[in-house]
Amino acid sequence: MAYTTKSPWILHYDASSCNGCDIEVLACLTPLYDVERFGIINTGDPKQADILLITGAVNDQNKNVVKQLYEQMPDPKVVVAVGICACSGGVFRDCYNILGGVDTVIPVDVYVPGCAARPESIIDGVVKGLAVLEEKTNKMKEAKR
Amino acid sequence: MGKRTIVPFGPQHPALPEPIHLDLELEDEKVVRAIPSIGYVHRGLEKLAETRDYEQMTYVMERVCGICSFGHSYGYTGAVEGLMDIEIPDRAKYLRVIFHELSRVHSHLLWLGLLADAMGFDSLFMHCWRIREKVLDVFEEITGARVIMSFCKVGGVRKDVTPEMLNKVAGVCNEIEEEVRKTGMVFMKDTSVKNRLVGKGVLSKQEIIDLSAVGPVARGSGFDNDVRTTEPTYKALGFEPILRDEGDCYARCMVRVDEIIQSMNLIRTAIKDIPTGDFCVPVKGPVPVGDFAYRVEQPRGEGFYYVQGNGTKNLSRARVRTPTNINIPALVKTLQGCDLQDVTMLVLTIDPCISCTER
Ligand code: SF4
Repeated sequence: MAYTTKSPWILHYDASSCNGCDIEVLACLTPLYDVERFGIINTGDPKQADILLITGAVNDQNKNVVKQLYEQMPDPKVVVAVGICACSGGVFRDCYNILGGVDTVIPVDVYVPGCAARPESIIDGVVKGLAVLEEKTNKMKEAKR
Repeated sequence: MGKRTIVPFGPQHPALPEPIHLDLELEDEKVVRAIPSIGYVHRGLEKLAETRDYEQMTYVMERVCGICSFGHSYGYTGAVEGLMDIEIPDRAKYLRVIFHELSRVHSHLLWLGLLADAMGFDSLFMHCWRIREKVLDVFEEITGARVIMSFCKVGGVRKDVTPEMLNKVAGVCNEIEEEVRKTGMVFMKDTSVKNRLVGKGVLSKQEIIDLSAVGPVARGSGFDNDVRTTEPTYKALGFEPILRDEGDCYARCMVRVDEIIQSMNLIRTAIKDIPTGDFCVPVKGPVPVGDFAYRVEQPRGEGFYYVQGNGTKNLSRARVRTPTNINIPALVKTLQGCDLQDVTMLVLTIDPCISCTER
């Protein structure tokens, strides 16, 4: 399954981010950072995705969407929380409609801090996520044997 | 008559960078009715005003939306300054205008890119975003951050910008203008782009007034409600709103392309005329009892800021009415009777910013 770590497909979901992190995620795809040269592609389809990038904290309305997206993704999968909102709630942690970071509903593998998280750190986070992905792949192989 | 089907659109959808949900009632391929439902991004940050003091609140307000984040801090600080009766120095006013217009340029370029992406015109998407990075580089060099800059504060701006840096900004403006003139031509002339935009989602001037639409949507139908025409600093810079009267997606797109060029001119004039002096005034003490409202022309239209003071350091109410929120009725109207394939185009041409809408 080396192809997944060589060319991971990413699903991006905006939980309740302020867009700041979203546009930085998108900026990663565009010419200045251009992650496509590493084979990283942004997809809209959870069934095709290996890495779930989530920006923003979860609230009551979207927690089921987040869960569903996560469940729809095939194993092995990695979740990367982008931005301080997704990590812990950030500036919005005291808001009445915020439940907390993404890890309150699904397991998170990599945390990328920053408000907004810089494209460099997002890429770094994804690369860290790849290592986790490989580990999970190996584990799955072992289990099969 | 065909059977009616309901197709859900969103919240997670490849064409939408942000979660909004639409229930599209279809008759064959025609949309008969669209029912929006929102709330996926609601955080409830206005209520934080009760627990954060008015200065901290600037930074919360900035995070209403990451794209027009400067505009939000501009509007909020404007409202607080009005409430506290603070007159900010002229230099700060000009710096705010420069930053506000730069934000508009980056927001419009971002939008043009998303539009191209939704059409499947990938190279155009990349070009728009490549040009946009030049604006972000300027932001980064001056403030240290790319999107959320925390540049505005109550009483002025956070730091001064050196004349050399301002010259550099003017130089960048020239570069961007040249590039936008080239890329804008694609939106203006290319047949495949025009096929998707011309004659789609037409809104008449009367409909704009009835639905109280704002921003480029209103201006694309020839209705001028640009807040900048009433602002003294913009008046001094010779601001004239850009209007078109076709009222379709193409017109809205062209308004934005022209506004980029216009903003470049405004910035260059502002840099030429910028007065010397202080860049902020000290602000102390609690906010007085009373309220104040302030309007700012965001990239997407009129933003309305309302603050209410109660004699302590906390505001008892901070309220934002954002442009996308007001434009949703206009969107629902244009969706009636459109083809299913055009839905993404129509949704995009109001330049929806969901995190603004829901706060
Ligand atoms: S971390 Fe900051 S920039 Fe990112 S979504 Fe949250 S508030 Fe916005």
